[in-house]
Amino acid sequence: MGKNIRLLQGNEACVEGALLAGVRFFGGYPITPSTEIAEGLARRLPLVDGTFVQMEDEIGSLAAVIGASVAGVKAMTATSGPGFSLMQEHIGYAYMAEAPCVVIDVQRGGPSTGLPTKVSQSDIMQAAYGTHGDYRAIVLSASSCEECLLYTIKAVNLSEKYRTPVVLLTDEVIGHMREKVEIPDPEELEIVDRVKPEVPPEWYKHFEITPTFISPMASFGDGYRFNITGLTHDEMGFPTAKPVQIKAKLDKLRKKIERNKEDICEIKTTYMDDEPHVVVLSTGIVSRAANQAVKMARQKRMKVGAIQLVTVWPFPDELIMQYMKSCRHLIVAELNQGQILKEIERYIDKRHTKIESLQRYDSELITPQDILQKVREVK
Amino acid sequence: MATTTKKPEQPSNVVHKYLRAKKTFPHVWCSGCGIGIILGALIRAIDRLGLPKDDIAVLSGIGCSSRLPVYVDFNTLHTTHGRAIAFATGVKVAKPKLNVIVITGDGDCLAIGGNHFIHACRRNINITTILVNNHIYGMTGGQFSPTTPYTKRGSTAPYGNLEHPFDAAKLAIAAGASYVARGTVYHVGQLTRLIADGISNNGFSLIDALSNCHTYYGRWNKEGDPVKMIEWFKSHVVPAATADKMPPEKKEGKWLTGVLHQEDKPEYTENYARLRAELKKK
Repeated sequence: MGKNIRLLQGNEACVEGALLAGVRFFGGYPITPSTEIAEGLARRLPLVDGTFVQMEDEIGSLAAVIGASVAGVKAMTATSGPGFSLMQEHIGYAYMAEAPCVVIDVQRGGPSTGLPTKVSQSDIMQAAYGTHGDYRAIVLSASSCEECLLYTIKAVNLSEKYRTPVVLLTDEVIGHMREKVEIPDPEELEIVDRVKPEVPPEWYKHFEITPTFISPMASFGDGYRFNITGLTHDEMGFPTAKPVQIKAKLDKLRKKIERNKEDICEIKTTYMDDEPHVVVLSTGIVSRAANQAVKMARQKRMKVGAIQLVTVWPFPDELIMQYMKSCRHLIVAELNQGQILKEIERYIDKRHTKIESLQRYDSELITPQDILQKVREVK
Repeated sequence: MATTTKKPEQPSNVVHKYLRAKKTFPHVWCSGCGIGIILGALIRAIDRLGLPKDDIAVLSGIGCSSRLPVYVDFNTLHTTHGRAIAFATGVKVAKPKLNVIVITGDGDCLAIGGNHFIHACRRNINITTILVNNHIYGMTGGQFSPTTPYTKRGSTAPYGNLEHPFDAAKLAIAAGASYVARGTVYHVGQLTRLIADGISNNGFSLIDALSNCHTYYGRWNKEGDPVKMIEWFKSHVVPAATADKMPPEKKEGKWLTGVLHQEDKPEYTENYARLRAELKKK
């Protein structure tokens, strides 16, 4: 059988990815430039016994998504900057309730209403630290329409595996541009479902502290009758004020992510095998320009490589640092005022590797020429 | 659970079968609070309908009344301030077999959660909302709420409320709820019936349950102890069924109670199921 290749918009590719991953509930609110995801799922979900609900706002959207997840259905929503801000309340709830769900943030310029139809990568920090309290985020970032499909599946899988909300960052350009996308054969895909409890209801603890810190998850209506609350709770899910239990809960949220960084984190490299002295670090749409720039530089016999962050959070510092032994100049290219820059600075020994920042936040893309120019400057 | 009573099948003990008393008591409510009466009415309504515990989901937002789900042995979700109805929408569409009940307060439902409330009414999704309406924010210490009567006092209205209150029932009717009723913590038998009817109604139901907060509302407004406040309801209600025949002066300053609105209209999750079936035929 031939490959199933289609010309899809990034937002449409997210729809295909969601359906392949087993998402059967979408609660959303219209917002540019993410609306096509809601439109696509409004059309497709009822065909596969799923449900689409257009909620009254983004706060309600993520609330409904968590409600559906708790009732046993893989659920997601999609939004952009202003809506992402409104969702922070329930992203926090999802961390606390350990409710698997996915939020796709098709980034646009901010702050506030900002630039509804223009590209940006300025939600990178918000995706990790947007809601109050201590927690560890999983955030992925797509650089192409095909990655929109694949990383939507990856996001759903990670959320189910770790019982946590997962954010997928795309942007206005990827969301709206059309590219060739290979639709994978569903039988060849790895689809992860949350682990169900094997114990009888009277032994069940919805937030049991297991050796992996991931608790099996029963659904409403399964006969387990547990409690979930946004208040800090014990393993049974009942509110607690005991310091020992409070610390145990917060450690659980941290450790289930930190201890599995190796499994969660992914980067992609281009021309990194021959220990280049100049490396371009970027994510999302900028990585497309970086890869092109590196290719152009190599044609001019300049030894340059590129690293693309697929996982933005937890920050894949170990994966990056293995390439930094030979790196003398690290160019961090991003469509914001240095959000990745601030993070990578924590890990780099500046006596060994000089960090150069290439920022653009005027609503235009960083081009391969911009990056090549920067490479020439540092060489 | 209390085990000292002689006859365990007495009606008063029905409530104990549904409580998580061993795990979660003592509760947070003040002695004499009306929420306990509403909890009893809810449980008796569920027991009367013979619904299995596994098929009931009770959700709530934030506030005194919203602590209720923690104490009952159902599928329970204690959510964020004002958003329980939005969470309930997701639960209901994901598992329509569940009887979804939301416990909320006047601040939770009508201030911060007002938008979710009216839109769930509009969708006519089969959720039963019990509004514990005590006209004040209790948990945060007595601030005036969207149902605090005009000129009455609270900690943030120390000179009297300058705002006009919402009538939650009228709001629900206007927004499209298919069953709207009002009861009080004095008229417990009626309240139990109204809650049971609300759960049985195939669509969005609101039971506006008037309750007492003697700790804050009562103290700020010099309305007395729990007994006095609960008894006040006895003489300040008019049954909706007979209200039309009464002269206006007898209704002045009184609450209409009983079933205020009931209509048959398509329910949201059933509409969705119908849509799926129709699409399959094509």
